[in-house]
Amino acid sequence: MNEEQIKLAATAANLWFGRKQVLKNVSVAFPKNKITALIGPSGCGKSTLLRCFNRMHDLSNDVTIEGKFLLEGEDLYKGSLSATEVRRRIGMVFQQANPFPKSIYENINYGLKINDIPKEERQEIIEHALKESYIWDEVKDDLQKPATRLSGGQQQRLCIARAVALRPEVILMDEPCSALDPISTSKIEELILKLKKDYTIVIVTHNMQQAQRVADQTVFMYLGEIIEAGDTSQIFDEPGMELTKNYVQGHFG
Amino acid sequence: MNKKITAIIEWGTLLVSTGLVCFFLIAILWDLISKGAPSLSWQFISTSPTNGMTKGGILPAIIGTILLTLITALVAAPFGICCAIYLNEYAVDNWLTRIIRASIRNLAGVPSIIYGLFGLALFVQGLQMGTSLLAAGLTLGLLSLPYIIITTEEALRRIPNRMREAALAVGATKFESIRDVVLPSAIPGMLTGLVLTLSRAAGETAPILFTGVAFYINKPAGYLNQEFMALPYHLYMLSTQHQAIEQVRPLAYGTALVLIIVVFLLNLSAFYIRYQHSKHE
Ligand SMILES: Nc1ncnc2c1ncn2[C@@H]1O[C@H](COP(=O)(O)OP(=O)(O)OP(=O)(O)O)[C@@H](O)[C@H]1O
Ligand SMILES: [Mg+2]
Repeated sequence: MNEEQIKLAATAANLWFGRKQVLKNVSVAFPKNKITALIGPSGCGKSTLLRCFNRMHDLSNDVTIEGKFLLEGEDLYKGSLSATEVRRRIGMVFQQANPFPKSIYENINYGLKINDIPKEERQEIIEHALKESYIWDEVKDDLQKPATRLSGGQQQRLCIARAVALRPEVILMDEPCSALDPISTSKIEELILKLKKDYTIVIVTHNMQQAQRVADQTVFMYLGEIIEAGDTSQIFDEPGMELTKNYVQGHFG
Repeated sequence: MNKKITAIIEWGTLLVSTGLVCFFLIAILWDLISKGAPSLSWQFISTSPTNGMTKGGILPAIIGTILLTLITALVAAPFGICCAIYLNEYAVDNWLTRIIRASIRNLAGVPSIIYGLFGLALFVQGLQMGTSLLAAGLTLGLLSLPYIIITTEEALRRIPNRMREAALAVGATKFESIRDVVLPSAIPGMLTGLVLTLSRAAGETAPILFTGVAFYINKPAGYLNQEFMALPYHLYMLSTQHQAIEQVRPLAYGTALVLIIVVFLLNLSAFYIRYQHSKHE
């Protein structure tokens, strides 16, 4: 991979919650307009790593972060980028669906509003985002319905719509399909593949088939370290490490 | 078998406790209503007392209590809510904030008469307000402040971090996430705390005793810089200090009932706002 292709990267990243080290010397690069799957057993630090990139750890005060996080070579933490700018450019779909306690419409409208997108354009963006996320047909009759009354899977798709509506450059997805049925899952995968043209996508998943279906590159994490990273086919078919092999073949995790 | 017996005992204990609480509540209300209702009339709530309190109504006391509660709310709510937002959303958890929190909790436990003395020293004498509605309202505001901070912080703490993150993740600033997501979700909880606090303040006697309440005023009620009548104090005087206690007993019960109704209306308005709010959730 040469320099220009790398959209998002971390170098020598360490992270502690209090005294507990959760990320250990993590260096990883996510190529532009590619999908990277982040896999690894539960608790290995996937969400923690993902959240470093949109500065979600800023909220908690017992977190210590070391190392560099770069968006197109620009430092996400120390440079001229503000946290809000970082988050606008790097969108996130959380592991647990977290719609605002507002109407479906307002859930997407809110992000547009605070990012100063003109009122006239919003209606169309909202509709488009909902369609893209395959939830439009289920909600189009009542966009004023409270989002908290949607099913878990519908909420997750609404959160995806909320993130894509802002057209960020990178989308971080933390197990976006864990609450979805197979049909919505395959639709979301379709969406992810479609979004690839314009976005750089990082997706955390426990579903090995999903990683193989959508990801160009796969990163395997274990106990806070990156064990192996490479083309998806290489990671799954000819893993370089014994640990990776055991994990992708389902022997532990 | 054993499990079944334990279950019955547990269930029975809960039932008896609930029953007891309800019994006392109903007994108190029944006593108040049966003895107070006969003296309630339009005249009772719309005129001033006459004939040395044995006749006439309690209008000045109603106005006094309502205005007093209003001043209390105006003083305590904005400061208390801002303080709680700061403590819960902005302040880092260190020894200083822990001391501040502990102090607030302790202040909430200080007997109300101490606030009365403090109000006397600070507002009445120090700031030269004299015994007045304003001085009493400010004193009650101080008394209410710690409760409002504690209940508001509690309400804010109940909002999961996921909600804050949701707002931040779409590019909201911290301030925007609090204003647009955290506060709207916390309003029902905050309101409950506010109303409970104000209900308590409305029924306080001790803090206003030295700071402005009077048994009788012959001027129109409602001036900030003058002494005022208030329902709880009126009740206290009628039931303990009056020269014809037996004669004014029905009026005392009537006053108590009016006080309960004022507090009830306050709760009702909070209930209504919460209901309106829940329709949008
Ligand atoms: N706020 C926190 N404070 C302390 N420890 C935390 C915190 N968040 C996560 N951890 C710890 O960090 C480790 C990594 O957690 P993380 O959520 O990143 O795992 P994950 O790989 O996303 O797991 P999963 O697949 O189950 O989502 C875990 O051991 C967890 O207990
Ligand atoms: Mg996770």
